[in-house]
Amino acid sequence: MMLAGRRRAGRARSAQCKTMAADVDDPERARRFRDAALPHLDEVYTLARYLIRNAADAEDAVQDCYLRALRHFDTFRGGPIRPWLFAILRNVCKSVYAQRRFAPEDEIADAPPLWGEAVETPEAHVLRQHDAVSIQAMLNALPGVFREVIVLREINDLSYDEIAGIVGVPIGTVMSRLARGRSMLRTAWLAAEETTP
Amino acid sequence: MMTCEEARPLLHGLIDGELSRAKAREVENHALSCRRCAAELAQFRQMRGAIRQESMTFAAPAALRARIEAAMPNPMPPRAAPSRRRLLQGFVLGAALSAAAAVGVVAVVSFTQHDRLMGEVLSAHLRSLQSPRLTDVAAADRQTLQPWFSGKVAVAPPVIDLAAAGFTLVGGRLDFLDGKPAAAMVYRRGTHVINLFVDAASTSGHVAAKGETLQGFSVQRWSDQGIRFIAISDLGADELHEFHTRFESALNAGA
Repeated sequence: MMLAGRRRAGRARSAQCKTMAADVDDPERARRFRDAALPHLDEVYTLARYLIRNAADAEDAVQDCYLRALRHFDTFRGGPIRPWLFAILRNVCKSVYAQRRFAPEDEIADAPPLWGEAVETPEAHVLRQHDAVSIQAMLNALPGVFREVIVLREINDLSYDEIAGIVGVPIGTVMSRLARGRSMLRTAWLAAEETTP
Repeated sequence: MMTCEEARPLLHGLIDGELSRAKAREVENHALSCRRCAAELAQFRQMRGAIRQESMTFAAPAALRARIEAAMPNPMPPRAAPSRRRLLQGFVLGAALSAAAAVGVVAVVSFTQHDRLMGEVLSAHLRSLQSPRLTDVAAADRQTLQPWFSGKVAVAPPVIDLAAAGFTLVGGRLDFLDGKPAAAMVYRRGTHVINLFVDAASTSGHVAAKGETLQGFSVQRWSDQGIRFIAISDLGADELHEFHTRFESALNAGA
C-alpha cells in the first residue's frame, strides 16, 4: 500500500511537466498539500492583514495564495513551508494590489537612511508598553517595505535569511530595512506616549 | 574601532541574534563606550519585547477556511471522487459566498454549515495544540472542573476520566464554536491529544455517533440529552470510536 502510494506520487511528479492543471485534481497530492499548508492558515492570514491592511482584501489574497500554492505545489522543494507560502502571498499581494496600496511605496525603499530620526530621542528613556491595537496602528502606518520586514521578523518570527528569500533582497538589506523601520516605529511609539496620559 | 555609523544597523543584527560571535562582540564593545548607541540598543530591545508581549496575530475567519477547503479536490472517501467540475463548483461556491457576504445576505446551506462547523472544530483543535495553553484548568475531577465551567458555558460538560481505558482526562478549556462558548475537555492517549467539544445540541434526542476524517484528523460527533459532543484527534478513526464508546458507556453508567 505504501509502495502504491509512492508510485502514484512519482507518477504525479513526472506528469507535472505535461499538464500542470490536471495535477490540481490529484487527491493524494491535494491531501499532502492540505496537511502541509492548512495548519499555517492563521499565520498566512495574519501576514496578509499587515500587508494589505483591509480584512476583506486580505481574505481574497489568502484564498488566491492557497490556490496558487496548490497549483505550484510541485515546485516546493521541501523544508519549512511557511517561507514558501509567505513568498506566494507576497506575490499575490503585489500583483493584485500593485495599483492600489502596496507597490508604490517601494520607491522609497532604498532612499538614504534617516538616522536623524533618532536624534530627538532622550537618552535612557524607557519605552512604555502599548496595547496590540495601538501597535497594529503604528505598524500599519509604516511604509510597506519596512512594515513587511518588521512583521516577518517580529510576528512571523523568521530569520534574516528567510526574509531575504521572501522579499528578494540581500540579507544586509533586510537588516538595514529593519533598522530604519524600527527607527520610524520608535518615533511613532514616543509620539503615542505623549498623546496618551 | 567601530563608528556609530557602522554600528547602528548592526545593533539590529545583534538584537535579532543574527551576527557572528566576533561581530556581536565588536558591536557590544562599541555600545559600552557610546552612550547613544547603548540607549538605542536598550530602546529597540524594549520595543521588541513590548511587541512580542502583545498578541499581534489574527485568526483566519472560519468562512475563509471553508472557502479554501471548498476550492480543493477532496480526497475523503465519503465524498464523490474529485473532478474538475468539483473544483469549479468550489470556485463558484466561493464566489457565491463572497457575493452573499457583500450584500449582507447569509446563505444558509446545510452542507456548508456543516463544513464551517468542522472547519471551526479543526481550527480550534490545531490552535490548542500550537498554543502553550492546551488547558485553562489542569484537573480531572468534577469538584474543580464543574465550578470552573459554570457560568461560562450553556451546558455543563460531563466530567469523565477514562484513564483506566487509556484515555486520560488532563483538563478543560473554554473555546468557541458557532460563535458561542463551548467547553473543550482535553484527553491524552500517549502522545496524542483528544479535544472533546461539548455544547448545546439542536435536538434533545439521541443522535448516534458519526465518524469522519478531516485533513488527516479523526472526528466523532454525537448528541445525547440536549448535549452535542464533537471529539477530534490525530488518533486513528477506530481508536477515536473506541473513545466515544467508552465515554458514552461511562456516562450512562454514571447517570
